Amino acid sequence: MLTRVRRWGPGLLLISPSLLLLGVFVYGLIGWTIKVSMSDRHSAAESDGFVGLSNYVDLFTNDINGRFLHSLRNLLIFTVVFLLGTMLLGLLWAFLLERGVRAEGLFRTVYLFPMAVSFVASGVVWRWLMNSGQGDDAGGLNAIFGQLNLDFLQNSWWTDPEWGMVAMAVPAIWQLSGYVMALFLAGFRGIPAELREAAAVDGASTFQLYRRVLFPQLTPVALSALIIVGHMSMKMFDLIMSVSGAQWLTEVPAVYVWQTLLTSDYAKASAISVILLLLVALVIVPYLVQTMRTERRS
Amino acid sequence: MTTTTTRRTPPPAVAAPPRKRRGPTAGVVGRTLRYGLLLLFLLIVLMPAYVLVVTSFKSGSDIGVNGQWSLPEQWTTESWAKAWTALGPSFVRTFQLAIPVALISSLLGAANGFVLSRWRFPGADIVFTLILFGMFIPYQAVMVPLRDVVSTLGIAPGIPTLIFVHCVYGIPICTLIFRNYYATTVPVEMVEAAWVDGAGLLRTFRSIILPVSIPGFVVAVIWQFTSAWNDYLFAIFLSNTRNGPITIALNALAGAQSPDYAASMAGALITSLPTLVVYVFLGRWFIGGLMAGSVKS
Repeated sequence: MLTRVRRWGPGLLLISPSLLLLGVFVYGLIGWTIKVSMSDRHSAAESDGFVGLSNYVDLFTNDINGRFLHSLRNLLIFTVVFLLGTMLLGLLWAFLLERGVRAEGLFRTVYLFPMAVSFVASGVVWRWLMNSGQGDDAGGLNAIFGQLNLDFLQNSWWTDPEWGMVAMAVPAIWQLSGYVMALFLAGFRGIPAELREAAAVDGASTFQLYRRVLFPQLTPVALSALIIVGHMSMKMFDLIMSVSGAQWLTEVPAVYVWQTLLTSDYAKASAISVILLLLVALVIVPYLVQTMRTERRS
Repeated sequence: MTTTTTRRTPPPAVAAPPRKRRGPTAGVVGRTLRYGLLLLFLLIVLMPAYVLVVTSFKSGSDIGVNGQWSLPEQWTTESWAKAWTALGPSFVRTFQLAIPVALISSLLGAANGFVLSRWRFPGADIVFTLILFGMFIPYQAVMVPLRDVVSTLGIAPGIPTLIFVHCVYGIPICTLIFRNYYATTVPVEMVEAAWVDGAGLLRTFRSIILPVSIPGFVVAVIWQFTSAWNDYLFAIFLSNTRNGPITIALNALAGAQSPDYAASMAGALITSLPTLVVYVFLGRWFIGGLMAGSVKS
């Protein structure tokens, strides 16, 4: 016992500051946020009357113009398009690169470079590219479509009241597809060569090789990519703030929190944050638990 | 149990005929298509970068509706000068933020990663999962009380507050990077040997582990530097244009009602330059951090 203390006591000492910090600043503050979300602190003045879940109920049933539901709808459209786009492009790029092509390094470096840039910086150029002017006023991408006689492609981008969020996902896809490609490429390269050889011996065509042998091997990678990109999507804030600014058309819960804090409605801002946290936890917690389990088994 | 769906067809009794070789034409077509697509996507991905560079060398008045996509009629650095005037001070401040963050978080991560990769105490997996969850949370869920807490702790607003916050919330990813690194790269025997020789845990960490940790440090430093540099969320909640990092200043420059696009784009390039330089020269390690971010080692 004493030797164990002597051996690991310093270890505990080494990690306890970090554990303490995370305990306070992650779990403690989440607890605090939940407490505020159940209070009636709707202005800068302190008042901590307990109101139970009524702030949450209000968000779903009693929000002006159904603002919260509107932000959830925007988030849903954005997430679906963002996930589809990054998964398809990422898989396609990895597929094109996986058997080794000339200048592979160049292609990989370029496809992945948007990851190194902040959404705030890329938002500047995407705001310009997705200029909603059309016809003679066309700017950005619409202008290029006009010059190429592809006028039918001209559209109002994120200013479209119904489907604007589809356009908002375009820069996000540009930014994250390279990341998904890197994940898939690592997946392809992790498949043992014997599997390909066995398939070749069995006379499988290239199509069958991918369909029956290689793609099934990529399922765990695809799942990781979906979860990582999916949870990023739920937290999307920077991109929307820099392309459109905070406004009704493109509002998602993460932006709604910011807008609500500006009016000092702490209780409501906290309630939205907690719902956002629950959404993220719903996909992340099972993923973490499952990853830990497989790790222990191996 | 169904045996029909995913099973490969059993090998035929007679040796299968050698796979039909596709004619040379099919190979050429396939290769052309492959390179064609790769090039097309290359151009699409680079298109925003082209726009940024070209527009940044135009003058504010040169960017009318016509010729938006063309090269500048008159190359000028006027917009760069304008952007630098707006961003210069925050550019310096962001270095003062990102460098300490990168160093402190990596040291914390190395210590935690070492202990957690070697110490299998009961419940270690649960503790590690709880640590990791901290890197996925939407930070809005801690933001309301966070402001009050940092000001109660007496941490100066602006850069010092942001350093503190990035270090705390960077602990999970850095711990993960080093834990994976120590678990896969540093042989157990090395640690055991040190213990047999009577070195304690701290001594082992300092003289045996740290010297072989350089690759882990490179990954963690690059990762934390990039995330602190590119961060906007903490910055907008905890600082302002006078004491905050460059993302805040850029957003102020570019977010005006009728923005000067030439200056904004020069500003976006200035903002991205440090992280792009890191990416181009240390790309391999940058990708190491990305991969760690998906938790799987």
